[in-house]
Amino acid sequence: MIMDLLSYEFIRRALFVGVLVAVCSALLGVSLVLRRYSMIGDGLSHVGFGAMSVALAMNVAPLAVSIPVVILAAFLMLRISENSKIKGDAVIALISSSSIALGVIVTSLTSGLNVDVYSYMFGSIYSISKDDAWIAGGLACVVIIIWVLFFDKIFAVTFDESFASATGTKSGVWNTVIALLTAITVVVGMRVIGTLLISSLIIFPVLTSMQVFKSYKSVTISAACVSVAAFVIGVAVSFAFSTPTAATVVVTNLVCFGLFCLIGGIRKGSRKNG
Amino acid sequence: MTEKGSKPLIKCRDVAIAYDKLLAAEGITFDVFEGDYICITGENGSGKSTLLKGILGLNPLKSGKIDYFGISKREIGYLPQQTSIQRDFPASVYEVVISGCLGKRGIRPYYNKKERQLADYNIERLGIADLKKRSYRELSGGQQQRVMFARALCASERMILLDEPITGLDPMVTAELYSIIRQLNNDGVTVIMVSHDASGAIREAKKILHLDTTMKFFGTAEEYIQSDIGKRFLSR
Ligand SMILES: Nc1ncnc2c1ncn2[C@@H]1O[C@H](COP(=O)(O)OP(=O)(O)OP(=O)(O)O)[C@@H](O)[C@H]1O
Ligand SMILES: [Mg+2]
Repeated sequence: MIMDLLSYEFIRRALFVGVLVAVCSALLGVSLVLRRYSMIGDGLSHVGFGAMSVALAMNVAPLAVSIPVVILAAFLMLRISENSKIKGDAVIALISSSSIALGVIVTSLTSGLNVDVYSYMFGSIYSISKDDAWIAGGLACVVIIIWVLFFDKIFAVTFDESFASATGTKSGVWNTVIALLTAITVVVGMRVIGTLLISSLIIFPVLTSMQVFKSYKSVTISAACVSVAAFVIGVAVSFAFSTPTAATVVVTNLVCFGLFCLIGGIRKGSRKNG
Repeated sequence: MTEKGSKPLIKCRDVAIAYDKLLAAEGITFDVFEGDYICITGENGSGKSTLLKGILGLNPLKSGKIDYFGISKREIGYLPQQTSIQRDFPASVYEVVISGCLGKRGIRPYYNKKERQLADYNIERLGIADLKKRSYRELSGGQQQRVMFARALCASERMILLDEPITGLDPMVTAELYSIIRQLNNDGVTVIMVSHDASGAIREAKKILHLDTTMKFFGTAEEYIQSDIGKRFLSR
């Protein structure tokens, strides 16, 4: 059956883009979750939805509008989170729900909730065009290469920003890079997994891995593997039971999380007893 | 004074540092000599951490200047006052310690043999070799501080700035850490330490800098004990 499925080009394309998005979101998730910036991933996806609805209503290319808007929002949100004077999480929640509200109003005033809008909310993994696949693939490769080359720098900035700056790592630059990559991943991921669920792809794999693994490197590698595995399994299951793909991928992630919690618990227990 | 013959590494002249409108430190003038062991004391919010960050170049100066002689800002090891993020961060002891070598590495994307050896050497030096593979977040407060020390030493052999390295530790661990610092200082490492432990400070450090936004005192530990401000602070 698997061979049969893989003979369809749209399925191969879906898997290719999906796997890349899964890896990127897991990598970025490590940085965002560990710095308690999970809210940013969520907020950005909602901003993306707003931008996209407006783009569809105005009949311009959705990606061309949403990428710059989301990048801008990413910078803004990081700034806000760093500034201790403002309640960061509250402001991010404000921005993100306002974006949804705007998107919904614009949509209902123009076309109504049509197929395009629906597909951005819940992803439309099998209708990815060849061009979209190339863009997604290219962006994902950029994220992964940057991550591999600057692994230690990103670790240092994430773990202890003031120490990193004191020894000459430019924390500001790296924060900007992380914001930029997050924005790109969220926008590309929206196409595959949908606005409503992309943030779960950022958060789940890291949380899952942290239940079992103890070092930064092992958590990062495990997060990438878990993310890919959950994606592929989720797609397969959604085929077998004809369930919605994106939602099935998220539920698969939830199951992985449960499994890892169990393994982590057993390990802890055996260490205490042994 | 004792520094006859040795030369200053850092000269602070009338330094002032502000956050927006709040003046956190001002009128600070002192020299740091090679091999010094200076303890910065003062109440909460008196600008101690602010001054350290100023020396490291993390806080811009509002006025005055800091000159460095034969040492660059980047060649200073730093042990920050802990932030809350680190407490549940999955990172092995080795990963944390070797991240101290990052400044030396430049744009090379991996650590070379010399840097890995330096990390091992400092892990050994602080007696945490058996914790090397353990997760940082599972260590006790004292063990975590040793890891932070080892990381600071990877960044610099010559000078380390310690921001409250002993706060919140029990007397046994405190005594151990003091002896580690003393040993490092005897090895020629210049130490500047922020501490609330006034009695420990006058016993351990050679010089005291008392801050209360402005510099209230700078001199040897013996002079500090005799001074009015020292007497008041010590008798709290
Ligand atoms: N990032 C910041 N932004 C704005 N104000 C700050 C910032 N950091 C410190 N301050 C203020 O500057 C003053 C000095 O703070 P600093 O952290 O230097 O004190 P400290 O002597 O280290 O205190 P503690 O003993 O509690 O560590 C305080 O009034 C503090 O509120
Ligand atoms: Mg302080």
